[in-house]
Amino acid sequence: MAGTGKAQRNGTLIVLGALVIFLIGLNLSGSDFWQSIVINLGMYIILSVALNLSNGFTGVFSLGHIGFMALGAYISAILTLPLSQKALYLPHLPAWLGVTHFDLLVGAFPLGFLAATLIAGLVVTLVALIVGLVLMRLSGTFVSLATLGFLVIVRIVLINANDFTRGSRTFSNVTQYTDLWWVYAWLLITVYVVWRIKFSPYGRSMFAQREDGVAAQSVGIVIMRPRLLAFCVSAFFTAVVGALWAHYLTSFSPNAFYFDLAFSVITMMVVGGMGSVTGSIIGPILVTIISESMRRVEDATQLYGITQIVLAVLFILVIIFRPGGLLGDREINFAAIWTRLRPNRVEVEPKPQNVK
Amino acid sequence: MSLPLYALQQLINALSIGSLYALMAVGLAMVFGILRLINFAHGDMMMVAAYIAAFSLLAGIPLPLALAMMVIGTVLVTLVMERVAYRPIRTAPQVAALLTSFAVGQILENSALLASRFARKPEQIAFPGIDFLRGVVTIGAVTIPKVNVVSLALGIILLILLSLFVTRTTLGLSMRAAAEDLQAAQLMGIDTNRVIVTAFVIGAILASVAGLLYAVQAGTINPIMGFSPVLKAFIAAVIGGFGSISGAIVGGFALGLLEVLLTAIPGLGDILPAATTSPGVISFFKTYLPSSLTSYRDAFVFVILILLLLVRPGGILGTTDRDNTR
Repeated sequence: MAGTGKAQRNGTLIVLGALVIFLIGLNLSGSDFWQSIVINLGMYIILSVALNLSNGFTGVFSLGHIGFMALGAYISAILTLPLSQKALYLPHLPAWLGVTHFDLLVGAFPLGFLAATLIAGLVVTLVALIVGLVLMRLSGTFVSLATLGFLVIVRIVLINANDFTRGSRTFSNVTQYTDLWWVYAWLLITVYVVWRIKFSPYGRSMFAQREDGVAAQSVGIVIMRPRLLAFCVSAFFTAVVGALWAHYLTSFSPNAFYFDLAFSVITMMVVGGMGSVTGSIIGPILVTIISESMRRVEDATQLYGITQIVLAVLFILVIIFRPGGLLGDREINFAAIWTRLRPNRVEVEPKPQNVK
Repeated sequence: MSLPLYALQQLINALSIGSLYALMAVGLAMVFGILRLINFAHGDMMMVAAYIAAFSLLAGIPLPLALAMMVIGTVLVTLVMERVAYRPIRTAPQVAALLTSFAVGQILENSALLASRFARKPEQIAFPGIDFLRGVVTIGAVTIPKVNVVSLALGIILLILLSLFVTRTTLGLSMRAAAEDLQAAQLMGIDTNRVIVTAFVIGAILASVAGLLYAVQAGTINPIMGFSPVLKAFIAAVIGGFGSISGAIVGGFALGLLEVLLTAIPGLGDILPAATTSPGVISFFKTYLPSSLTSYRDAFVFVILILLLLVRPGGILGTTDRDNTR
């Protein structure tokens, strides 16, 4: 990373401050339309950053992460569903689950939702550990195929596990806990954790074995552990988004968590840059801007489908002309933001400028 | 129905499904063998063919002409796809190529959606009936839908033609050389572009036939109808050793058989004649292999895929692929 520690910190603080001011402003404005766009965007950013940790950093390209999201959504929703609804909706739950209801409130703070999210995250991490122990041995396109298989398996299990999920019918009446603050708090945690991993020894070994597995091994880097770490941490945050998603939309079915969503998130991540945390923030923003504006066009022209076509064309163009994505491995330099904005300091001016 | 008859009927089902899988898997395997590209949009070739056939039949175009348009149209779409999307990324990493093929698939699926909208048709279109594929064939006591018989026969004929092409013609020989080592083949003076385009074209022809038969069997078509068959074709190709044409054929039939077994065996408890079978056997099937397991069939198939990828990353017949065993 370029930039000194102090400038870096100050730049980061400026960005964070701007984000908080933006969110407060948005919240005060009371615009449901913009809030829902920003909430969805936040969830996509978490998905994209988490996916980048696994796919971008290690190069082990998983197509199955949306399966983790689905599990996170269902597990957390079963935990927070009010007991009366549960008896009505899911009468065949095992007794201990049937009487479990995470509704602990501390003041206005739904501690029960947080607990349910964490439990969902941890259970899914365990699933990812088991799946990862098996699948992280593969690489190249075969790991993609195998993880796609995992996604299909999760979907089939969700559709058939009627007692837990209502099968292919809609799972509804989930309490809407998720708001702007939940999403962006989790977003900051995700970005912080993934950022720290990237610049840790573990992160370095992820990138090293991605670039050249044999060379990495020959200098003593173990391949399996960093891959597994990336896969599990990434699955945890993906499951957290599942929980946030479930408690935001309040009703969903297994169809929501399938190939279309997987491909959207992959597009966002690849466009932003495989290996770049800030790229994974920019990717979703870019894709959201494009798809939201295209949606207006779709509504006006009734040509439903062109949004997907435009995004797919964009994706192909990025792969052809910028194979690493817009940012590649690089990060946006927060230190530069500070240096740029810092008032009354001239000693770093690189070149004499034309003064009128 | 007696047990042997039931078994025979299931076997024919298996072979008929298997020949569709084989037709699809061969197209995937040829392209993979040469380019190491997993062409996910191959399933959408099926879909494109089915749409062209449906639209031209609904427009009142006579069947032979409609079928010709279907094959030619699918081939043209494939040629454009190869030229615009796949040729520029030939040297890109395998995963980038795989992702590109997803994007190509998205474009084709949404184009089909747009086409139906322009034609003022619903998302799900009833496939027009084709007279000579309608009805059943009765052999002794076994009745089989005619379309299954035609699928099997057509599949076998096309696959034999393909084998002849690959083994008996110069172009076929070049294809095999390119699959062995693309660079070396190029150094030997083989026009690799021509070989690659040929592989895509053959794949498209086979996929268009598969698409037609699949659409007739299913009765309806929709933009994502290719998704499930292409996944199955991957599995078939992996079973047979990805990249190998004969392997893909074997894999296709093996997968068809496996699927029918997974469907047929769990239901056996209800079918076995109670008078002649010991109650223990029947209760075993009813307890451990109830017919409700059938809905998990695809999950089992994918578990098998994952196991295969782990144990033999290069496939059962193929050599281990150094690109994928890192």
